[in-house]
Amino acid sequence: MEHIVIIGNGISGVTAARHIRKLSDKKITIISAETDFFFSRTALMYVYMGHMKFEHTQPYENWFWDKNNIELKKGYVSKVNHKSNELVFESGETLSYDKLIIATGSKPNKFGWPGQDLEAVMGLYHKQDLENLEKYAPNKEVCKRAVIVGGGLIGIELAEMLRSRDIPVTFLVREDSFWNAVLPPGESAMLNRHIKNHHIDLRLGMNLKEIIADDNGKAKAVVIQETGEVIDCDVVGLTAGVSPSISFLKDSGIELGRGVKVNRFLETNISNIYAIGDCAEQHENIGLRRPIEAVWYTGRMMGETVAQTICGNKLEYKPGHWFNSAKFLDIEYQTYGWVFGKPQEYEDQFHWKHEDDTKCITISTHKETGKFLGINTFGIRMRHEVFDRWLTEERSTAYVMEHLKEANFDPEFYKHFEKNILTAFQKQQPINA
Amino acid sequence: MAVERNMALTGQPVSLNTSQKIGVLLGMTGLFILVLAVLGVQLGVTALWLTLSLSAIAGGIIIFSIGAYSDKLPGIKNDGVWFKSSSARGVIGWMAGIALTGFYIILYFYAEVLGLGQGADGTNTGLVALFDPLSYFLKGSQASQWFMYGTLYTVLILAFGIKFMWKYKHNRYEQLRTASVMFFQTAFAFVLPELMARLNSDTFSLPYNDIKLMWPLNYYAFEQWRVDQFINAQNIGLFFLILGIAMIFIVSPFLTYKYGKRWYCSWVCGCGGLAETVGDPYRHLSSKKMSAWKLERWMINAVLVFSILFTTAVISTYLGYDSEKYWFTKNIFLLSGGTFLVLVFAAIAYWKRNQLKSDAFKGAIVSLGITLGFFVLLSFMDINNIKINASYFSFGLNTNEYGLSDGMRSFYGFGISSIFSGVVGTGFYPILGNRVWCRMGCPMAGILGIQQRLFSKFRITTNGGQCISCGNCSTYCEQGIDVRAYAQKGENIVRSSCVGCGICSAVCPRGVLKLENASLEGRINPNEILLGNDVDLMNYVNKK
Repeated sequence: MEHIVIIGNGISGVTAARHIRKLSDKKITIISAETDFFFSRTALMYVYMGHMKFEHTQPYENWFWDKNNIELKKGYVSKVNHKSNELVFESGETLSYDKLIIATGSKPNKFGWPGQDLEAVMGLYHKQDLENLEKYAPNKEVCKRAVIVGGGLIGIELAEMLRSRDIPVTFLVREDSFWNAVLPPGESAMLNRHIKNHHIDLRLGMNLKEIIADDNGKAKAVVIQETGEVIDCDVVGLTAGVSPSISFLKDSGIELGRGVKVNRFLETNISNIYAIGDCAEQHENIGLRRPIEAVWYTGRMMGETVAQTICGNKLEYKPGHWFNSAKFLDIEYQTYGWVFGKPQEYEDQFHWKHEDDTKCITISTHKETGKFLGINTFGIRMRHEVFDRWLTEERSTAYVMEHLKEANFDPEFYKHFEKNILTAFQKQQPINA
Repeated sequence: MAVERNMALTGQPVSLNTSQKIGVLLGMTGLFILVLAVLGVQLGVTALWLTLSLSAIAGGIIIFSIGAYSDKLPGIKNDGVWFKSSSARGVIGWMAGIALTGFYIILYFYAEVLGLGQGADGTNTGLVALFDPLSYFLKGSQASQWFMYGTLYTVLILAFGIKFMWKYKHNRYEQLRTASVMFFQTAFAFVLPELMARLNSDTFSLPYNDIKLMWPLNYYAFEQWRVDQFINAQNIGLFFLILGIAMIFIVSPFLTYKYGKRWYCSWVCGCGGLAETVGDPYRHLSSKKMSAWKLERWMINAVLVFSILFTTAVISTYLGYDSEKYWFTKNIFLLSGGTFLVLVFAAIAYWKRNQLKSDAFKGAIVSLGITLGFFVLLSFMDINNIKINASYFSFGLNTNEYGLSDGMRSFYGFGISSIFSGVVGTGFYPILGNRVWCRMGCPMAGILGIQQRLFSKFRITTNGGQCISCGNCSTYCEQGIDVRAYAQKGENIVRSSCVGCGICSAVCPRGVLKLENASLEGRINPNEILLGNDVDLMNYVNKK
C-alpha cells in the first residue's frame, strides 16, 4: 500500500489527508512537532481571551483520526532524504514514504533587531507562543505594558488579546496608517480610529530600533528608531509578517526560494514530493496573487487540489477569484476580487463610510471598461457566492451597485445601507451625456 | 490515544468594577429579603417588602449590566467566559447549580417549606405569603407557590433580558428576539392568565390557560378536568379548547414551516425565554460531542413518544367511562389518532426518504410500532386494571397506587416535567448548559424539530468558503450543535434541534453564518470542495 506522509498538521496538511482518505485507501501519516491533533490556528487568540478552551479549537474529535485510519505522529523532522525516500527525525528515528507532502506552514519574521531572541519576546503563530504569552502576560500586574511591533493582521489580534486582560498595549506600526499597504486610505484611517477607541497606544510611522534586556536576559523595554524613545514593557510581540518554515530542508536537494518551489501541480523538483500551504512558493504568480500566500483559504484549496493529483487525477492548482476575511477588534472585514491599497493605474475606487465610523466599503472599477474588479467591506457582511458569480460574469460596477442588496449577508433585522451607498455612488459619478 | 491536555491556562480572574459590585450587593439584598421570608421573619407590610425585594433583584441585575457593558464598544462580549468560576463550572458555578437544584426540589415537592398554606385556615406564611398582595391585586385570591415562582420567573426574564439586549447592543436580531420572549412571558404566561382567573365565578370557570403553552409542552392540556372546564365555560371555553388544538395542528406547523422552530423556542416559549436570558451565561457548557448528539436523538424522541402514549391513555380512559358526555367515543379517538400517525409516517417515508438516514427510519418505525400497539391495547382492554405502586419510581416520595394511565401521567409529571425540565433542566444550567431540557427532553421541541428538519424554509446558511474553523459557533451553540462541522464544509445547517437563537452567527468572526428562510430547493447541500477553488474541481467533486 502506498504510504503518503504529510509534514504539518495545519489546515493544508489535514485537508490533503482528509481528501486522500475520501479518494483512496492509501496509508496516511501526518507528522507534527507542535500538537497531537489538528487545531485552528486562527482561533488561538480566543483561547487567551477566554472565549474558548484549547480543545474547542480542534475541529475534529480525537476519535476522528483513528476512525478514518489517519495516523498521527508527533515529532520534529530534521532531514528529508529524497534519494532513499526517508525522513529523519530529531530523535534519530526514521520514517519512509512513497509520496511526501510538505505542509509546514510559516514562522514569524524577525528582521535582525537587537534583542529579538530575548525572553518574553514572541510572535503569535504556534501553540507554544500562546503558552509563552500566558507565562509572560497572564495579567496586567505581571505584564504592565506590552509592545507590539508590526501592524498587520496578527499584530491587531495580539493587541486585542492583551486588551481583553486590560494590559496596556503600545502598537508600533511602520506604515503611516494601519495596514495601508493592503487597505485603501479611507479604510485604513477608520481602523486607526477604531484601534485608538480600544485604548491601544497606536504609534504610526514608528520602527523598532532595539529591545533592551534586564539582568536575566528578559526584555524590559524597547527603543523606537525614529524618536529614540524608550518604552518600558514586559512583553514584546513581533508580528511583522510570516515566512515559510523550511529551514529543515536546507541542502535536501529540494528546490527552495523563500519557500518550497512548486509548479502549478504543487510538485517540487523531486517527483514524489509536493508542497502546499504557507510554505509553498509558486514559480510564477497566478493572476494577481503573490507566489507565497500565507492564507487559511489558499492552504485549504491547495490541500484539496494536491489530494486529487496524488490519487491519480492530476490537477493544476487553480484558485478562483481572490477572497479573504479578517476581524479588526469589533470590525469584520471581507474582500472579494482585487482592491489595492495604492490604486493601480487602471483602477478607480469608490469609498463609502457610515457616519458611525465602523462600517465602510470600497469598490474597485476598471477605468476604461467600468468593469467591477473587487470590493472591500467593513462592518457589513456580504455573500461570497454572489460576488464570486459577479466576478465570473464580469459585471459592471453600475450593475453591482444596483444589485448590492442581493449580496447582503448581515443577520435578519439589521439596517441596510444599499440605498445610501447607491446615492453616494451616483453623486460621485460624472454625468455622461 | 494520547489525551490532549488543555494548556495550563489559568487566565486572569476577572475582577468586578464598582457598578458591578453595587449591582451584586443590591441583587443579593433583594434575595436576602426572600430568604428572610422563607425563614419566617415577620416583615410587616408585605407589599412593601415584596416590592423592595423584586426591585432590588431587578435593579441589581440592571446595574450589574451597566457596569459590564456601558463603557464597552458594541461587539462580542465573551472575554474571560472560560476563566470565570461562575461560567466555567468553577466553585461558584457548582454552588449556583446546587442552590438552584435545591430550590426546584423544594418548589416541586416541599412547597410547605415556603409557607404554602401553613397559616391559620390555609392562609400562607413565609415566602409564599410575601407574594399574596400581588396575587390579590392580579387575580383576587391568595398566592400559590406557582404564583410566587411565576412572578420571580418573569422578573428574572425581564431583568436578564435587559442585560442580554445590552450585551448584544449591536445585534438587532438578538434584541428583537429577546424583547419578544420578555413580552410573551409577561403578557401571556403571567398577566393574562391571572387576569382571566378573575372572570371565574361559581357558575363560570376557565382553567389556568397560557395560550402559547401548547400540548405536549403543556402535558395536562387534555386532562378531563381541564377539558370539562372548557366545555362547561360555553363559547369562550370552547374557543380556547379549539384554539389549543388548532395551535398544535395548524398554527404551529405553519409557523415552523415559514420560520423554523425558532418562532416558538427562542421567540415565544417561556422555558426558552429563561434559557436565553438567565441561562445565557452558560450556553457554552452544552456538550458538542457526537455521543451527546446520539443521546439527544433517542432521548427527546422517547419523551415525545411517551407523552403521546400517556396523553392518549388519559384521554381514552375518560372517553371510555364517560362516553355519553363527549362527541368522541374512545375507539373513534384511538382509530383517528392511529390513522393520523400512520398517514404522517407514510407521507414522510414517501416524500422525504432521500433525506433521512436509515437509523432515523428505524427509530421512526419502532416508535410508530410501539404507539400503534399501545393504541390497540387501549382499545381492547381497560389498562387501569394494571396497578402501579408509584413509590418504586419516585424515590418513595409518592406512595400511592395508580391505574396504568394515571400512573403514566404521574410518572410524566414527576419524572419528566418536574425532575427533567425543572430540577435538571434549570437547576443544572451552570453545569450542563442552559438548554438541556430543550435539547434532550422537551416533547414540543421534539415535534417542532421533526417539522423543522423535514418541512421548513429555515436553515442557517454558510457563506461560501469563508469559514476558518475557529469554533466560536460550536462553542456558543446552546443546543450542542457542532456548527463548525457544517460551516467548514460550506454546508447549510439544517438540524432538528436548532432553536434559531442566532448566537453562532453573532459570534462568527468572519461573517460566515446567517439564519434564513428561503426555498426548500437546495436547502441541504453537502460540499466537499468549498467555493473559491477551481470551478472544474468543485463541479467534479461536489456532484451528487
